[in-house]
Amino acid sequence: MNLALKDIRHGLFRFVLTCFGLGLLMTVVLAMIGIYNGLVSDALAVVKAPAADVWVVEAGTKGPFAEASSIPADTRDAVARMPGVAEAGAVNYQNLEAPHAGRTLRLYVVGYESGRPGGPQAIAEGRGIGAGHFELVADRKTGLLPGETIRLGRNRFTVVGLVEGAMNSGGDPAVYVTLADAMALQTELDPAAQRVQAARGAVSVKSASVAAIIARMSPGADVDLLTATVRQWKHLAAMTQAEQEELLLASVVDKARRQIGLFLGILLSVSAVVIALIIYTMTMEKLKQIATLKLIGAPDRTIIALIVQQALILGASGWGIGLMLILAVKDYFPRRVVLEPFNVMVLAGIIAAVCLLSSALGVRAAMKVDPATALGS
Amino acid sequence: MALGDILIEVSNVAKHFGEGETRVDALRAVDLTVRAGEVIALLGPSGSGKTTLLNIIGCILAPSAGRVVLDGEPVFDGKWLRRDLRRLRLDKIGFIFQSHNLLPFLTAQENVAVVLDLTGLPAEEGRTRARELLDYLEVGHRAMVKPALLSGGEAQRVAIARALANRPRIILADEPTAALDGARAGLVMDLMRKLAAEQEACIVTVTHDEKIFDRFDRLIHLRDGHLVSA
Repeated sequence: MNLALKDIRHGLFRFVLTCFGLGLLMTVVLAMIGIYNGLVSDALAVVKAPAADVWVVEAGTKGPFAEASSIPADTRDAVARMPGVAEAGAVNYQNLEAPHAGRTLRLYVVGYESGRPGGPQAIAEGRGIGAGHFELVADRKTGLLPGETIRLGRNRFTVVGLVEGAMNSGGDPAVYVTLADAMALQTELDPAAQRVQAARGAVSVKSASVAAIIARMSPGADVDLLTATVRQWKHLAAMTQAEQEELLLASVVDKARRQIGLFLGILLSVSAVVIALIIYTMTMEKLKQIATLKLIGAPDRTIIALIVQQALILGASGWGIGLMLILAVKDYFPRRVVLEPFNVMVLAGIIAAVCLLSSALGVRAAMKVDPATALGS
Repeated sequence: MALGDILIEVSNVAKHFGEGETRVDALRAVDLTVRAGEVIALLGPSGSGKTTLLNIIGCILAPSAGRVVLDGEPVFDGKWLRRDLRRLRLDKIGFIFQSHNLLPFLTAQENVAVVLDLTGLPAEEGRTRARELLDYLEVGHRAMVKPALLSGGEAQRVAIARALANRPRIILADEPTAALDGARAGLVMDLMRKLAAEQEACIVTVTHDEKIFDRFDRLIHLRDGHLVSA
């Protein structure tokens, strides 16, 4: 006879309500884990997208993500000719806001050279950029659809394809345009401002600077040798893909990551206390029944099973409800909520451990109960 | 009625609580023997040591001195002679409480079957035995009802069924009729007597209920921890 299940069934409404409350708490915990993961994943998405081996940037900067970087566009040719480099491409990154369909879209514009590294990894819908000008490939989160047009700067761009999961560390969805268009966006002035500049006699010189050069290595080529060679040019710096990712996490998202991590720690501690309190209270309410069980001869293992099983059922239910709720609502969060099976299982392990520890408190109290207590009225 | 084996043998049992100036002697050199089939009552004013003696016989409380033999097995002689006292209670002793103390999350039938389940009896056999007992005690029609929905008399019958489920030879009852009116109290006592006779068990009851005194074979008076008449 499973006493734990019988007791749960007896007070089912109350138990379900408790599980639901715990489930809501677990939803918040899972949401925080997801937000934490999302932050890291988003931050790395734009770095990982070009599938680069080496990033060549302006000397003395941690560009192009942690700091601004500007290097001559023709550096690409020099890098491409270096030993071990399979292909190289120049890239440009900038944030801008564009009005579209009655709202303002904040976009992360990535300029790249078509047919060279730096563009989107996989087109989810439509096609990649084909024409030389005024086409773009957008992340699905922009809400743009293939065939639509959007004004960026002084020109109207046509959406020709969609990608998924492309954004910057701030969560702004990316749009990919040609490098030439991106450079124009960066340097072209508003007509009124251009007239003022012309009246002042200032000469408009189109900048030929890019943010970085991305290089992919031939199989077996020595990445460290390339970075060391590039660093010999005083105006350039080079870092490997791993260094770039590390840099991004250590600088750009570090504070936000630690903030969320700390909050997650507090949340887990609060959850542990709440779970412990619920389980302890559940046990305290049953002390007279436990005394009766002891009196009629129930061994310790029966009483321990009653408490531990209920604690684990409570924890498992709370975890399950929390998981279902977060899976149902995670796509409505403004930023990505990324839940890995590993995180979910680790949380399950933590909850199981907390439940076992909490039930140990209850078991301790139950073991101390004098069976004679049951004889009193 | 012919009396059988000695089921309870309490020799020179004493129990005190506290030491020095705070010492209270709850029992002083009590001797008591109860045979199979006997139904006895422990009487006395509050603090006379009735419940202490009942708890000692029930292996819930260790005496300070003396010897206790239950169903031919020495269980205490200056110290407990068995470590698994709960198993001893499960095998040999049935308890009936003033407030029936049924487990609220189990049905009447489950409350009886739980004892059998603890002994390792297969669930189906346990259910059958529980149902038979409840039928015998005329509460079989309430077998699937939770204790909260039982009347006082019904709950006490279920408690009796639970106490008898494992066919214990020693039944200890603490004010079993306190919550019942005179007629029901008499019926419950008659039923307990009948079952005790059938199971060759003895019943030791702590009671103040004068209405049922005529249902006992012996009335044992306790005063200040002494057994004053038997």
